[in-house]
Amino acid sequence: MPSSTPAFASEADRRPGPVAGPARHEELRRAYRLWRRSPLSIVGTALIGLVLVVAALAPLIAPYDPLAQDFAVRLQPPSRAHWFGTDQFGRDIFSRVVFGSRIALEIILIVSVISGGVGALTGWIAGYFGGRVDEVLMRVTDMFLAFPSLVLAMAFAAALGPSLPNMIFAISLVTWTPYARLARGETLRTKSMDFVEAARAMGASDARIILRHIVPMTVSILIVQLTLRMGTIVLTAAGLGFLGLGAQPPTPEWGAMVSDGRNYLIDQWWMSTLPGSAIAASVLGFNLLGDGIRDMLDPRLRR
Amino acid sequence: MGPGVQQYFPATVELTFSAILLAIVLGIPLGVISAARRNQVHDHTARVFSIVGVSMPVFWTGLVLMLLLYYRLGWLPGPGRLDLEILAPPSRTRLLLLDSLLAGNWEALRNAIGHLIMPAFVLGYVATATIARMTRSSMLDVLYQDYIRTARSKGLRERVVILRHALRNALIPTVTVIGLVFGGLLEGSVLTETIFAWPGLGRYITTGYITLDYPAVMGGTLYIAVVFSIVNLIVDLTYAVLDPRIRL
Repeated sequence: MPSSTPAFASEADRRPGPVAGPARHEELRRAYRLWRRSPLSIVGTALIGLVLVVAALAPLIAPYDPLAQDFAVRLQPPSRAHWFGTDQFGRDIFSRVVFGSRIALEIILIVSVISGGVGALTGWIAGYFGGRVDEVLMRVTDMFLAFPSLVLAMAFAAALGPSLPNMIFAISLVTWTPYARLARGETLRTKSMDFVEAARAMGASDARIILRHIVPMTVSILIVQLTLRMGTIVLTAAGLGFLGLGAQPPTPEWGAMVSDGRNYLIDQWWMSTLPGSAIAASVLGFNLLGDGIRDMLDPRLRR
Repeated sequence: MGPGVQQYFPATVELTFSAILLAIVLGIPLGVISAARRNQVHDHTARVFSIVGVSMPVFWTGLVLMLLLYYRLGWLPGPGRLDLEILAPPSRTRLLLLDSLLAGNWEALRNAIGHLIMPAFVLGYVATATIARMTRSSMLDVLYQDYIRTARSKGLRERVVILRHALRNALIPTVTVIGLVFGGLLEGSVLTETIFAWPGLGRYITTGYITLDYPAVMGGTLYIAVVFSIVNLIVDLTYAVLDPRIRL
C-alpha cells in the first residue's frame, strides 16, 4: 500500500471521481477473477440479482393484486393457483412476497443513504477538526453504541409511533455510528498525508480540503462498509416489522407477514414460513456477497 | 418498573447465558477446525454454517423449529419455561435451573432444560456463527507467524501446535467478539422471547410497547443498555488479563 497510495491521491486530487486508467482496470480484472473463483459470492450475487429483478418486475411477476382480498380462497395451502398459499383474508402470499421485495429494497436504500450520510459527515468533521469537536461528536457516538441497536431502534420506533417512515428513521438513527468511526479514522489517516499538507500550505480552505481531498479518499471504503451491512438492515427491519413496529397492515412487509402467520402456525404453516424464507434468502444473498467483497479486498488472502 | 425488571430479568439471564455457553462451546472448535483445515471440506461447511447463521432471522428460525420439533414431532416441550402441570420449585434466585437444583426437584429441572434447548439454540446460532468466523480468521493470522513455524520445526505434534501455541493467542480477538455478540444476544432475546413466550426482559419491553406502558419500555431499554455496557467493561478487563502487553 505505501507506494501506491500517494499516486492515487494525486490522481484523485486533479480529477475527483472514479479514477480511470490501466491501474483501475487491473484492479477490476483481479476482483472479477477472485469473484469467479468463489462459488459463494456467485450464489450471493445470484440471490441479490433475483431480489432486484423481482422488485423491478413485481407487477409482471405477481399473479394477483397483493392487497386484493378473496374470502372464497382464504387459508388455502400452496397450490398451482397460489404458489405460496393464501392468508386469512384470501390474499395471495406469493404476490405479497413479490411486492414485499420492493419495500425491503426501499428500506435498504433510504437507511443506507441517511445513516451513511450522517455517519460520514460526523466522522469527517470529527476527524478533520479534532480537539473539542472530535471529543463531543465521538462521545455522542459512544452513547449510541451503548445500546444494542435493535433495542434502541425499538424504543425510537415505539416513541415515534409505528409506521414505515418512522421505522426507517429509527433504523437510520441506530446504524450510523460505525460509519462515523470509520470515516473519522480514515480522515485522521488522510489528514496527515503530504498532499493535504501541501494543499493547506497553498491556502486551501477547510471546506475545500474536506470536499476535494478527504472525501474522495474515504468515500470508497465507506461504500464498501455500507454494502457489507445491507443484510443487517434487512434483518433489523424485518425484526421491527415482526414486532409490529414497522409497516402497518395491509402493507406486504416481510416481517409483518411472518408475524401475521404466527397465529395460524399449526395448521397453516405456509403463512409465516414462506415469507420468512424470502427474508432469509435475501439476507443470505447480501451476506454472501459481502463476505466475497471482504475477501477480495483482504490483502492477506492473496498470499 | 423496578419490580418488573427484577421479576423478568432472571429469565433473560438464564436464556442468554445458555445461548452464549452453547455458542462458545460450538463456535470455537468450529473456527479452529476451519482454520486448521483451511479451504477443505470442513472449512467450507463451517463457513456456510456460519454465514447461514448470521443471515437467518431469529424469529423465523424460532417459528420453523417450533413447528417441526414441538407441533409436528413433539420431541421438545413448547413455549414458556415450564410445562403447566409441573410444580415450579420455590423461587429463591429466580433462576429456574438453579432453583430446581437447590430444591432437588429433578422433574422440574429436566423439564426446564427441555424448554431451554430450543430458544437457547435459536438465539445461540447467530452467536456461534460470529464466534466461529472470528476464531477462524484470528487463527489464520496466528498460524502464519514465525513462532508457529518454530514450534512445528521443533517436531511438536500438530495438535499441540494448534491447541497450545496458536489457539491461546488467537483467543484474544475472540474474547472481544464474545462480548460484542453478547449485545447481539440481548437484542436477539427480544425476538426469541416473543416467539417462545419466554417471560424475560425482552418480552416485558414488547408487551410494554403493546400496552402503551412507556415507562416499562424506556426502563427496560435503559436496563439492557447498562448490562450491555457492563459486559463490555468486563471484556476490556479480560483483555488485559489475557494479553500482558495491554495495561489498563
